Amino acid sequence: MTPDPILTLRDVSVRLGGRKGFLQRTVLPVQAVKQVSLDLRSGEILSLVGESGCGKTTLGRTILGLQRESEGEILLEGRRVSGLTPEAARRARSIVQYSHQDAGAALDPWWSIGRTLEEGLRIHGVRNASERRDRVASMLQAVGLDPTSARRYPHEFSGGQLRRLALARILLLQPRVLILDEPTSGLDMSVQATVLNLLLELRETFSLTYLFISHDLSVVERLSDRVAIMYLGRIVELGTANTVFGHPTHPYTRTLLAAAPRLSGRRASGPSLVRGDPPNPRLVLPGCSFFDRCPIGVPACQEAAPKLQPVATGHEVACHRADVEEKQGLAVGQTASIGAKRRA
Amino acid sequence: MIPVLSVRGLKVSIRTDEGRAEILDDIGLTLERGRILGVVGESGCGKSTLIRSIMGILPRAATVDGGEVWFEGENLLAFSEAELNDGVRSSRIGFIPQDPLLALNPVFKVGTQMLEIMRWHAPPDGLRGAARQRAHVGRLVGLLKRMQVPDPETALERYPHQFSGGQRQRLLIAAALACAPGLVIADEPTTALDVTTQHQILLLLRELVAEFGISLLFVTHDFGVVAELCDDLCVIYAGQTVEAGPVQAILDAPSHPYTRALLACHPDRATTFLGIPGSVPSPLARPPGCLFAPRCGDARALCLAARPPQGQARSGAEVRCVQFT
Repeated sequence: MTPDPILTLRDVSVRLGGRKGFLQRTVLPVQAVKQVSLDLRSGEILSLVGESGCGKTTLGRTILGLQRESEGEILLEGRRVSGLTPEAARRARSIVQYSHQDAGAALDPWWSIGRTLEEGLRIHGVRNASERRDRVASMLQAVGLDPTSARRYPHEFSGGQLRRLALARILLLQPRVLILDEPTSGLDMSVQATVLNLLLELRETFSLTYLFISHDLSVVERLSDRVAIMYLGRIVELGTANTVFGHPTHPYTRTLLAAAPRLSGRRASGPSLVRGDPPNPRLVLPGCSFFDRCPIGVPACQEAAPKLQPVATGHEVACHRADVEEKQGLAVGQTASIGAKRRA
Repeated sequence: MIPVLSVRGLKVSIRTDEGRAEILDDIGLTLERGRILGVVGESGCGKSTLIRSIMGILPRAATVDGGEVWFEGENLLAFSEAELNDGVRSSRIGFIPQDPLLALNPVFKVGTQMLEIMRWHAPPDGLRGAARQRAHVGRLVGLLKRMQVPDPETALERYPHQFSGGQRQRLLIAAALACAPGLVIADEPTTALDVTTQHQILLLLRELVAEFGISLLFVTHDFGVVAELCDDLCVIYAGQTVEAGPVQAILDAPSHPYTRALLACHPDRATTFLGIPGSVPSPLARPPGCLFAPRCGDARALCLAARPPQGQARSGAEVRCVQFT
């Protein structure tokens, strides 16, 4: 039996922008997230994977409440949190916390670590100063830093230590769900390993649930229970890490897995599986958004956008041609010209 | 055959307020003609300083304290600034930078910027003035076509912001190749790119090495990229070459304790995410012995006493560790 979802998204869409821009030029709105439905189960690590501009950070910010969903609803622990007043929404969503991509930028350079960490507690109503200090000290220890770090300033810490501080800051607020936005980007491999190890430890200690936003497939494969692959605002494949990495079914997932540099080193050679650049999210075309770059697309794919459909237990794919075998699909040659014609 | 690039015992230090920082301390590497050499190291290990020493663009506070940089049979460290500028940089050594947006001036057309490089550095072709410029435009358009930049004819008339990240990197690869250099140095050229774009750029680089007869020095911190792209590998730790040899041999059987520890941290290999204990020694106070000894599980008394000599591992790699002497 799968545990109850702690967080549920139902057909959530997010539109960004759409206004008169500089010199009265109209800026078209971007449909950054399109009809995303997702369950985050208590205690799991769900990874959100995609290239830049695919909407993974926007989705994270929407769950947190920093960005309003334009359609759909979000449920936290079974309670609806969409459409509440800002104040009520903030209270309801306080069990969700977000760790920024750039941990150093999230800390005030003029404030000591202790002051920064205590601020969250003060806002959340911990009046007693010595209690605040004690909680900060024990949290610093929990993330593997010396409690005396509270007297130091952000510039005195290395990249890996800053990630630890950022985690300490949000864990003080006793969240149950952490949205980790690229928690290891820009870190050296040895430091990355220690941060990942810490994340796994903290999950046990504080019974946390992680939404892990990343584009590093090696890390995602090792860390996640389930993986959601995003392309242009939609989830195109969702399943356990083993199924998605073992039997990638959506052509985009296959492309992504084939392109990721791995230690086993397939050697960069042979024809590229990938064509073209990641597309412009402002460009809205009917039908499947991956069609332009898809090696197995057929003209019918341009007519309707595919919906996430189960292909096996715990494995859903949004592709009209999900049943087409990988090899057979890649041999289809004429699709290249179709894609090229459509772009032109 | 002499290697295209051979760095021997290079030592570089930088004056700081706190004293002399030894950034490079005995770096050695060899790049054979037509090969791709990956230089891997964590941040602060001296990768950028190494590139700058080779191209002669070290900051003013830095001094070269020893060693040699042999490029096509000449010691570049003996060259004057003018000689490097007129006869080496861009013309014989091309450079692909890490961030394609920072490397292009936003207010000039890309054609203007690329033609300027050729005007100063392209080898003489007997043409002058407008005829030479036309020849350069022709070569650039041909290169852009090869780099699969869309609409290569009009691309030169566009500005950097009109290109995507991947296309900008293609422009800069074309710029690096514009004057037909024998050696191209790439400084993490794909870190700013998405995986699918990165894959395309890596494929392109691999094809170009064979097609243009260049040799490529590829600096990165990503072992995955090295495994896909490079022929040879040179692992740097705290300004020293600790292991160098063929990529496959080192990935299959890493010998130096640092290489082993680093590869064990890679998510594709890691059994547990423990990292490497301790931290890199400060360049201001390097220990007398092996620089990795304080973090090494196999360190003995001997390791702490003196710098280990170069040895040979069974994999064929050169290793700086007492276990292999």
